[in-house]
Formats: sequence, structure tokens, C-alpha cells
Amino acid sequence: MFGWEFPPHNSGGLGTACLGLTRGLSNNNAEVIFVLPKKVDLNVDFIKIVFGEDGAKRKYFVNSLIQAYSTEDLYNQRLSAEELKKRGIYGANIYDEVDRYGEIGADIALSEDFDVIHAHDWLTSKAAVAAKKATGKKLILHIHATEFDRSGSNGVNQHVYEIEKMGMENADVVVAVSNFTRKKIIENYGIDPNKVKVVHNAIEFENYALDQIHDIRKTKKVVLFLGRLTLQKGPDYFVQAAKKVLEHYPDVVFVVAGSGDMEKQTIRQVANEGIADKFIFAGFLRGKDTQAAYQMADLYVMPSVSEPFGLTPLESLKCDTPVLISHQSGVSEVLNHCLKTDFWDIDDMANKIVAVLKHKELKECLKNNGKEEVKKFNWNEPAKRCVDLYDEVLKGEK
Amino acid sequence: MVSLCFYFQVHQPFRIRKYSIFDIGKQKDYFGDNSENDTNNIKVLKKVASKCYLPANNVLLELLNKHPEFKISFSFSGVFLEQCEKYAPEVLKSFQELVKTGRVEILSETYHHSLAFLYSKGEFREQIRLHKELIQRLFGVTPKVFRNTELIYNNELAREIEAMGYSGIIAEGADHILGWRSPNFVYRPRGTKKLKVLLKNYKLSDDVAFRFSEKSWKEHPLTVPKYVQWLNAVNGCGDTINLFMDYETFGEHQWEDTGIFNFLRHLPEEFLLHPDNNFKTPSEVINSYPERGEFDCHNFVSWADIERDVSAWLGNEIQHAAINRVYKMGQKVLSTKNEELIDKWRKMQTSDHYYYMCTKWFSDGDVHKYFNPYNSPYDAFISFMNVLHDLELDIEKEIKQRTQNIKVTINQPEGTFIK
Repeated sequence: MFGWEFPPHNSGGLGTACLGLTRGLSNNNAEVIFVLPKKVDLNVDFIKIVFGEDGAKRKYFVNSLIQAYSTEDLYNQRLSAEELKKRGIYGANIYDEVDRYGEIGADIALSEDFDVIHAHDWLTSKAAVAAKKATGKKLILHIHATEFDRSGSNGVNQHVYEIEKMGMENADVVVAVSNFTRKKIIENYGIDPNKVKVVHNAIEFENYALDQIHDIRKTKKVVLFLGRLTLQKGPDYFVQAAKKVLEHYPDVVFVVAGSGDMEKQTIRQVANEGIADKFIFAGFLRGKDTQAAYQMADLYVMPSVSEPFGLTPLESLKCDTPVLISHQSGVSEVLNHCLKTDFWDIDDMANKIVAVLKHKELKECLKNNGKEEVKKFNWNEPAKRCVDLYDEVLKGEK
Repeated sequence: MVSLCFYFQVHQPFRIRKYSIFDIGKQKDYFGDNSENDTNNIKVLKKVASKCYLPANNVLLELLNKHPEFKISFSFSGVFLEQCEKYAPEVLKSFQELVKTGRVEILSETYHHSLAFLYSKGEFREQIRLHKELIQRLFGVTPKVFRNTELIYNNELAREIEAMGYSGIIAEGADHILGWRSPNFVYRPRGTKKLKVLLKNYKLSDDVAFRFSEKSWKEHPLTVPKYVQWLNAVNGCGDTINLFMDYETFGEHQWEDTGIFNFLRHLPEEFLLHPDNNFKTPSEVINSYPERGEFDCHNFVSWADIERDVSAWLGNEIQHAAINRVYKMGQKVLSTKNEELIDKWRKMQTSDHYYYMCTKWFSDGDVHKYFNPYNSPYDAFISFMNVLHDLELDIEKEIKQRTQNIKVTINQPEGTFIK
């Protein structure tokens, strides 16, 4: 399996999904050899993680600058900071890195014993396709997000698009994390619908210790936005809805947790609307702080413009906080006990936020039922689907 | 001898439109959705009329004309008849034709198909009175047998109904109350002197209403001879077989292509082949057969779901919040004596609104979803509460106006004129 990040060394839902999926696969008696592009300290006993050791002949671990959610700009920034102190082994840009990962992918594949190749998203596509070509083994490409999600349909990066398309075309099965994403793969990449299968995501269930509730909760109602501040996540719609909420329900605080290229713009928008005193910008949160944010909120809102799956609503429900999510998300296909809206329907979004703030019974009902429902999202089920897909491709069926 | 007693429930609620906080104070037509949504009441009524009411009435009229022994009964909610009068007079007319044969009994119920008995006895009696007046006006008959919304029943209800002068009442023949006893006899409700209770034979009723087109059912397909054989088997161990079901069974729940209309069309003929069999209306069953024991039902029972309780309407926090708020408004809204406001308030009492908020099996996506015109129980709740908010504002406004008017009258010295 080709991945590119793994908890705790991850910056988003992707690494978390890889951890959950591989654990689920292990529970389903599938042996996983997990290849990472970056050397990290990991303590995982249920899968074999291959790293290249310094000086060793088989360089499985590819020391690269690729990280999740890399963009060309970010890569270049990181590169310039690092290039001085590191030996000159990095490629000139992120695409060269992807190429380099691709070359080593074939070497790794030739020296390991396995049945199928399972790879995640565009960054691993070249490696996976190279591995397929070198070994003749079947390839399952798992799509967690497409370029159209990341870019919000504006300014799709052609180079990335082409790598994605190449990967999908070479794959024997393309796994989409939702019907929402499946549709994009078929429509935007022209992939044969028969080979695009949906496997919805799940979440890990080690229990967080629920910390004490933040002080702010005692006097004010809290509505939370948590996610990267990018076009894809719809922070601008959240602010517009907040403005409308305040007209009907003034005694509330909106917490925005996350960072991203729309951070300044979002802060300006809040100031221009004259509601800065009702907003708290908490910055990028990790681990326990994320939980604390969920816990102090009365409602978590995920107004994503384009969300292939969306794990955060499930995390929020795990923390006893009800959720309002956009229909433009994969998770909305499988989660029932929540409120749903179209991301552009500001009135409807505000209407639903106010309802949760006003009616404690609604909040309780969503919380209790949601907490119960979220239990069905464990990784053994999607992993089993993957194992079935492996069996199918190995039998020559698609 | 065994009698077959049919009772069909006919009901359509005034569904409330999608109603947001931004509609409060502006949109006064709560039930007038004219979009393509399933909250468009006229659209739903016309659809069900063409799939069920009109074709099923045709079959029944045909049967009444062909078999002088054939008899049936209906219970119409007032809100259904009100919608027929306004939007589908041809449907009302076709029901009136059936009743004109003299072999169709009409049962009593609450005009607004409400859960009022559980919250306000006064309101409950008033809605029965309104319903009685409507039935008298539209059909020229007076109901003698009462059935409560969704067959919700207990001993206390039976006593109340007896005090109101009815001769009979309808209830679910639930196993957990009957025990070893059969629903195919007439019983005396505990605590009543003369009232008789007719119990639904849920097995034979549900064979038609729910299982008729169920391919995984081992008896599928259900033919008329097979079904009549089951009915005949009651001969000698029962007086009456009470087949109670939603009228929408015919053509709406069971589509025409399942053969449901043909099943109905040929049932009476086959049933009457047995010389000991006959048809009776609920009142006739009550007058013909003595009670065979006491029916003791302390807790509420209904005909819904496997639970046979009231949890489909009153099972979660949002349902309780919604209905408590409605009945809390009662005294105030009645004090305005404003008919329009009172009417709106009563339409908010219809049980369906609370049913749409049921979250019991929502996780699995089930029958409740099929019957739900809203995207989720939560959406149903939000629109409902926003409407109540608007209604409350109007009630307050009305009360304020009235008190001001009274003040004006008091301040005005006698014998002078207000200019």
C-alpha cells in the first residue's frame, strides 16, 4: 500500500484514514506492507511499514519533502528553507518528487511479496503505476480528494489533473470515498463507471478522555467552524450565515479553528460585517485542542463547498456535539442524525443554526442519536469492502 | 356464523410548508405550499385521489350494487374532508354516493386527527363535536361508534367515550393485552357499563394492508380463495372478524399492479359462498353480539409499529417539546375567540406532524422515511417550531388589540359616540 502520511505525523484526515483502513484490513486478515515517502518514527504493530535505512540497498523509505495537502507554492517555500541545510537530493519541485517516488515504487514492488497494490490519491499514483508495470500486479487506486475539490473548481492544476487521470486510467479499480466523489471521477476524468467503486470512510474509536468544558460555555452559546480556511471548506458561507444568525439570536460566539490561504480574507469579512466581537479565531488546532473545541461547541458546522468525505462531523459527534453539514459532502450520504443544508443556502444554514441554539431538545436529540449512529462508522466494514474488491480483481472480475 | 366487519381509515393532514425563521412575521399561510415538494397538500391529495380514493370507491360502489349483503364503514378525519371540499370535490362526492347506499357506516373521531385526549379532555371533546357537525352536514348521518387517532386507546378513553353517549369504540387487538383471548369477539371495556369494544384482527388485517405484495412472505401471492379460507377458519371460534386498515392500502400503499383492486373486487363473492358468513358494520356487530368478557387496558395502546404504543408520535425529546408547546398555548389562543387563529392552532395538533419527527428507525432508513415529506425528522421539527413562533406572535398581537379595544370602550362615557 502506497501512502504519504501516517499518524501521528499527519496534517489531515488522510493519514487518519490510512491508519483506520490498515487497522481494519489487519482485522480482516489482510497483510499490509505500507510504504511511506518520508521517514518518521512509528510504533505500529499490525502492519509492516517499509522504510529505507540509511546506506541500505533497498531504499523503501523515500526521503522527500512531500507532505499531505502540498501545493506547488507550499512545496517551494518548504524547499527553500530546507535546501540549504540538506544534501541536494530533492527534486526542483513537487512534480519531480512525485516522479522520484514513482521510480522507487517500482524497486520496492519488485522486492516485496504481495498480491495487489493499493494506493492513495495523486501523490502516490506514479509510484503505484510504476509498481504495477514492474510486477504486473493489479492496482486499486483510492481517491480521497480530487483536484476539483481542492481547487473548488477554479483554476484546476493541469499537471496534477493529468497525474490523477493517468493513475485512474491505469488502475484496475478506482475506489471513491463517496458517491459524490465517484461522480466527479466519472464526469471530470472520464473513467469507466464500472470500475469506480464507493467505499465510505469511517473513524477510529480509541476513546478520548473528555476534558473539562471550556469556561466560555457557561455564559455563551458556541458555534464552531473547524477546518482549513480554504475555498473548499466554505468559511465565507459560515461568516454570512453567522451574520444572519446574530439578527435572530445575538447571544452566541462563533469560533473559527483552522488556518489557510483564506484566513486574512475571512477575518476581513468578519470585520466588514461588523460582527468581529462575536468571533474568535483560534488558529490551527491539534489533538486535544481539537477535542476541546468540539466539546465547548453547541453545534459544529461544516459548510464545505466540496468535501469528498469529511471525517470531522463524525469526530464532533464522538465528542457529544451535534453537526450541521453541507449536502456537498460524502459524509452526508451516510450520516442521518444531523442537520443538512446546501452550502450556498445561507438562510437555511442560519435557520438551522438558530434552531439548535433555541431548542435544547433538538440539540439533545441530535446529540444522543448522532452519538449512537456514529458507532456504525468503524473501519472494519470499509476494510472488508476493500478485501472483497481485492478478491474480485484477483479473480479477474471488476 | 361469522361476520366480516370492514373499517377503512381515510385521512390526510395539512402538512406545514418548509418554514424558516425568516418567514416568521411574514408568511401566514402555513399549509399552502404550492411547490413541487411533498408538503404541497393539494398535490398529495390529487395524487392519492387518482391512485386510491377514486378507483377504490368505484370498486366499492360496484360491490355495494352487486351484493346487497355487502357492508363497510369509514372513518374520515375532518382535515381530510375539509381538503376534499376545497380541492377535490369529486372525491367527496364519490364518498357521499357510497354513504347514500345506506350500507356504509361513518365512525366518529377527532376532527383534527389529534392526540388531544392525551393532553386536554376539553379540546378532545370539542374536536369530536366539530367532527360530528361536519359529518352531519356532509353526509346527513350521526356517528355512533368512536375511533381515536391511530387507534390510541386505554380504559380511561373508553369511559370518556361512554359518557359522551357512544355505543361502541374501536381498538387494536394487541397480543400483550388480549393474551390467549381472541380479537374475534366483542368485549366490554373495563370501567364501562354498556359500551362495547371492537378489536382489530391485526393478523388478517395486516395480511392485506402490509404483506399483500411482500414477495418474501411465504404466502405470497395472496389469492382470494386462500384468504377466504383463513376467514372461514374463524367460523365456530369467533363472532366477527374486524378488518381495520388505512384506506390508502388500496392503490397507494399497495399499488394497482400488485392486484389489490382485483383482490378487493372478488373478496365479497368468495366470502359469501359460505352460507354462515355475512357482512356487518361496527354498529351492527355491537347490536348483534353479546360481550364475551372484559377488555382491560390501562396503558395506551395503538395500531402503530411492532411496539403498538404511542412512541411513534411521542418517543423523543423534540416530539415532546413540540406538542407541549402546542397545548401550552391552548388557553391563550381560545381566549382570543379568533376563529382563524384557533383553526391554525388546531391544525398544528394533527398527529402526522409529530410522526414526521420520529427518529426511532431513522438510522436505517425505513417506513417512516417513506411517509415523511421532510428531509429529516429534524427539519420537520424546525419548520413546526418556527410556525408556532409566528402563531404565538399573532396570538399576542390579537390579545393586545382586544384589551386595547376594551379599554377604549370603558373610557368612553355612556351616551356619547366614538368619532
